[in-house]
Amino acid sequence: MDIFLIGLIAATLRVATPLLLGTLGELFAERAGILNLGIEGTMFFGAFVGFVVGGATGSLWLGVVAAIVAGILSGLLMALLSVQLGVNQHVSGLGITLLLVGLSLFGFRLVYGEPRVPPAIEPFGRLSPFGQTPILGPLFDQYALTYIAFALVPVVWWLLYRTSFGLQIRAVGENPEAADAAGVNVFLTRYLALVVAGGLMGAAGAFLSLAQLGAFTYGIIAGRGWVCIALVIFGNWDPVRVLWGALLFGGVFALQLRLQITGLQLPYETFLALPYLVTILALAIAGRNAAYPAALLKPYKRE
Amino acid sequence: MHAIQMRGITKRFGPVVANDHINFDLEQGEIHALLGENGAGKTTLMRILYGLYHADEGEIRVDGEVVHIASPKDAIRLGIGMVTQHFALVPTLSVAENVVLGYTDGFRVEPQAAQQRVAEAAARFGIEVDPAALVRHLSVGERQRVEILKALYRNARILILDEPTAVLVPQEVEVLFETLERLRQGGLSVIFISHKLYEVMTVCDRITVLRDGRVVGTVDKEATSQAELARMMVGRETFGVTRQDGRPQGPVLLRIENLSALDQKGLPALKEVTLEVRAGEILGVAGVSGNGQTELSHVLAGTLKPTEGRVLVGNEDLTGADPARISAAGVGRIPEDRHEGVIGELSVAENLALEYLDEFVKGGRLDHRRIRQHAERLIAEYQIKASPTDRTRTLSGGNMQKVILARALSRNPRVVIASQPTRGLDVGATEYVRSKLLEQRDRGAAVLLLSEDLDEVLALSDRIAVIYEGRIVDVLPASEADVEQLGLMMSGAREGTSARV
Ligand SMILES: Nc1ncnc2c1ncn2[C@@H]1O[C@H](COP(=O)(O)OP(=O)(O)O)[C@@H](O)[C@H]1O
Ligand SMILES: [Mg+2]
Repeated sequence: MDIFLIGLIAATLRVATPLLLGTLGELFAERAGILNLGIEGTMFFGAFVGFVVGGATGSLWLGVVAAIVAGILSGLLMALLSVQLGVNQHVSGLGITLLLVGLSLFGFRLVYGEPRVPPAIEPFGRLSPFGQTPILGPLFDQYALTYIAFALVPVVWWLLYRTSFGLQIRAVGENPEAADAAGVNVFLTRYLALVVAGGLMGAAGAFLSLAQLGAFTYGIIAGRGWVCIALVIFGNWDPVRVLWGALLFGGVFALQLRLQITGLQLPYETFLALPYLVTILALAIAGRNAAYPAALLKPYKRE
Repeated sequence: MHAIQMRGITKRFGPVVANDHINFDLEQGEIHALLGENGAGKTTLMRILYGLYHADEGEIRVDGEVVHIASPKDAIRLGIGMVTQHFALVPTLSVAENVVLGYTDGFRVEPQAAQQRVAEAAARFGIEVDPAALVRHLSVGERQRVEILKALYRNARILILDEPTAVLVPQEVEVLFETLERLRQGGLSVIFISHKLYEVMTVCDRITVLRDGRVVGTVDKEATSQAELARMMVGRETFGVTRQDGRPQGPVLLRIENLSALDQKGLPALKEVTLEVRAGEILGVAGVSGNGQTELSHVLAGTLKPTEGRVLVGNEDLTGADPARISAAGVGRIPEDRHEGVIGELSVAENLALEYLDEFVKGGRLDHRRIRQHAERLIAEYQIKASPTDRTRTLSGGNMQKVILARALSRNPRVVIASQPTRGLDVGATEYVRSKLLEQRDRGAAVLLLSEDLDEVLALSDRIAVIYEGRIVDVLPASEADVEQLGLMMSGAREGTSARV
């Protein structure tokens, strides 16, 4: 097989990793009826917390755990606002994004001051189970977190469709009154969904700072959170279809990186915009028949 | 042995007392009807028993023990199941998933195993359902069976059914009654909410009648009659209204011929309705809510297209006309839901001008000075407690209704259509609205009054039509109407005696 193609596929899997984590998280929230626009901020916060903790302790895995905890806290805040207090989900989600981006930047100043070059650490190494074997070697030359992200797809599917927890999440996102009348604790279910969602979003951020970049920059998330929200719609709220969406976006992103170095006479911003254009296009096509969880955006109140 | 005892249950929603110190007993193995007009408080009482509402006062005992029911989960644990009026099912899930939802043992839920268990339960209780089917593909009757199975699957010993027959066709009602009888013989106790007299006389052992949030009484089926129940349900027998009969009447101004229409779900809501209203009379349409009044008012307002029939105002055929044309033809409308009649975010002045905006345009722009003057005049004339610039949604119900009244009546319409014009208003505002309707009649307008408040219909109407399941059962002069007879017709227990229109 073509070296170019193999490199492209391997890069696609890398680029898709944080998208997949974030999208699976958002999917949990939305299936429970909560649109979590805090995702962009939560990923940013996760990237920052993971980087600081990883750098300070010297343990990158501890950094990942810290990022997950940070994401869970963000999920709890979202739950407090949107589930408990019934605040409009757009407002609470965007508020959380603004808050967490601000908080991360503030924390960054406190820890690093205003460095001229972004601080860096030695990032995660890659696992190479097939060593230098042609094709399989480079294809499987990936971060542990990438393996985990892809392994999570069937896990999430199983959780959603084969467990009581998943059944309750789906019920609560479609018809909370019915779930309540059936004896489901609607608040608790939504809290748990947002906690799981937040943890995954935090991990997505940590992947960027601790694996892909080994650094923390202001533009580290670059709208990936919003892309995740689009991918959930593209994937019609189904974990397997969401995987295809993440791969498509990852593929276009990896491709444009390669196109940039082919020396095509176009401003490089054109290439950078490509994945986002594809997202819009895919959404315009897939989003038309989107079957939203019926209770999405609707706060639940009993009386 | 009492399965349930409710003592002194009181529940308020703001100023509304939905349940006022209610006592209610359910005996083991009986089918007990909760009978009452719409708004009597039946649903509220049962939602309290099922943990969906919390009582402000009162005590509940199950099997003699005082219990605290904070949520449906508690109720289920106590063996109480409820089939709510609007079904509580998740349409995107399968029948089996809906049944086991919230009642699974263990973390794993395998579809095959769940379907198997649900199929077994269905067979045990003799309820016919397909566990693998998606609920959204089921008919209303099938959904109801799923709801009943859901309760029984949770080992309910007490089953509450809130107006279970309202959504069923007669054949399905038969099946439901047979099922209930069978379950009762198996030891189930049933609370059956209804406002249909013949139904409760068919299936129930005892009947508790509610009116205005209070218990009127509990009677044995053997010792009562539909007539007595009707009297208990609607209240007073005499009305302190002096009605002048034989007032002069003019030509027919509103003519409704053979009108049929579908409701939102596409089911027949109006069936060949024929009515005439003459100049200088009020024709009241009495009926329990949900019998086609809403659809009738929508058709007459131009917001619902009839499937058949005609609507004529004077000699003008307005069948299927849009609201603007209907308004221009001299029809003033007071809509059923006053929040639909005004735009809450707009000012009082803007709302008052809304239907006639063309008249307030000068050189392509709205003439705000004239809109304001217009508003000031109407505010004075109709005693609206608001300033022209107030946002309409900040007004009280009574003042909001006056805004609608002012807009509808200030043009001296030939025909007035008033739907539930005093619902939810306080005594003062109610009096005012009624006096305005009488004023319109005396002026020579043809007034069609749709009201679920039987007292109101009796107090204002010259003639009374009774609507039941989308059909006009009878039309009779108000002087010949009595409550008992109307109550029976309203609940479908009696056919009209005359076919006068
Ligand atoms: N959730 C609620 N909020 C405010 N008012 C309510 C609510 N539920 C019921 N009510 C009011 O309580 C009264 C009784 O209603 P309900 O119990 O539904 O009567 P029924 O079932 O007998 O028709 C009505 O006046 C109704 O408007
Ligand atoms: Mg009710």
